[in-house]
Amino acid sequence: MKKTTIRIQLNGQPRTVEVEANDILLDVLREKLGVKSPKMGCDRGDCGTCTVFLNGRTVRGCLVLAIEADGGEIVTLEGISHNGPTGLQKAFVEHSSFQCGFCAPGMVLAATELLQNNPKPDRAEIQEALAGNLCRCTGYTPIIEAIEDIVRKG
Amino acid sequence: MPITCGFEYHRPATLAEALSLLAKYKGRAQLLAGGTDLIVWLKEGATTPEAVIDVKAIPELWHIDLKDGVLRIGSRVTFAELIESELVKKHFPILWEASRTVASCGVRNRATLAGNICSAVPCLDSAPALLVYDACVRVRGASEERDIPIAEWFTGPKRTARLWDEIVVCVELPLPAGPTAGCYVKLGRYQGEDLAQVGLAALAAEGGDWKLAFCAVGPIPRRAGRVEALLRGKKLSPRLLAEAQALVPKEISPISDIRSSREYRLHMAAVMLGRGLQAAAARLSGKGPAYGAKLI
Repeated sequence: MKKTTIRIQLNGQPRTVEVEANDILLDVLREKLGVKSPKMGCDRGDCGTCTVFLNGRTVRGCLVLAIEADGGEIVTLEGISHNGPTGLQKAFVEHSSFQCGFCAPGMVLAATELLQNNPKPDRAEIQEALAGNLCRCTGYTPIIEAIEDIVRKG
Repeated sequence: MPITCGFEYHRPATLAEALSLLAKYKGRAQLLAGGTDLIVWLKEGATTPEAVIDVKAIPELWHIDLKDGVLRIGSRVTFAELIESELVKKHFPILWEASRTVASCGVRNRATLAGNICSAVPCLDSAPALLVYDACVRVRGASEERDIPIAEWFTGPKRTARLWDEIVVCVELPLPAGPTAGCYVKLGRYQGEDLAQVGLAALAAEGGDWKLAFCAVGPIPRRAGRVEALLRGKKLSPRLLAEAQALVPKEISPISDIRSSREYRLHMAAVMLGRGLQAAAARLSGKGPAYGAKLI
């Protein structure tokens, strides 16, 4: 099938990659661009493990064609912690928020977007912002408490 | 799961270009906006188009405008943008309230209102609000533009009145004539992300003028005309509420599926009608819970 070269800003770096029209962004990120933090979970947009920022908003990497991202800017977990873990990530560590860690990249990005848009979310707003990110280990409580903690500390 | 079907990808910059592409593929192309349904269907092989036409680069489809008493929501506007719009929240709070219940933040960042009604699954959250606001869908074909009333838009599960050579330009909502208030009540298995087991929009105007619409309890979302007629001009009372609830089985025809049984849906639709009417009436009188509050 026809190959197209797309150009993206990936975690601040200009990258080009050859894709076919039906290639999924998540697969291209993982298999061709070496970015492994977004994971494939449900593969239909329900679980949030494939979350990445595309042009400033979180999207489901499994529901975007790579070719749609041509000319766009993508930030993954790797891109938000250039200078070491963010305050949010440190709070997650302090609260032992994750066990297996499979959901963590998506959770961190979803929470990062929430705090960008709403620096003082209440518990219900935190729950709503994370509702599309499933975690099968923790029951969510230590994840939510870490975010509440960082909101409290400002 | 990779997409096994091969297709050409096009990203036209103008509506005219998109329409000529649609004409070229003669019904064998799929329009792509947010893609949150389409990509799943492509992966499942439920659709195998020769071409995918991405409409996101067409500036004409990007805007939310209020002009001459009509709010126009362009077909590329996402649910996230719609929720952020002061115009939508101020003038069409039921649509705003319903939009907040669609899927999850990450999906709402991508999914569009127009895509939601084009997918036309029976449980779509946006439809009851559009029905009670008497929305129209503006579509453009090769030779003409036409307005399709939302009540005529849904023709069956995943079926709409849009023809294969037409593109949705915008959804149009006429401003209500006088003061109105309302609500969208959504029943899911849990808070956040779930599809509706039952959805109900209620719009109240002065003098007992009601508009009501259900989703997820029949092959297409639709107005509850018998209940509207019963309520017209009357003041809500416990007795009237009970009469309205007794009419619910005549208005809806739910099925049993993985999300709930037919019987549960019938029961809850009546419960939700009672709560929805009371919440809408309370909001109309300036009391009532804030928009976005949990109603069930």
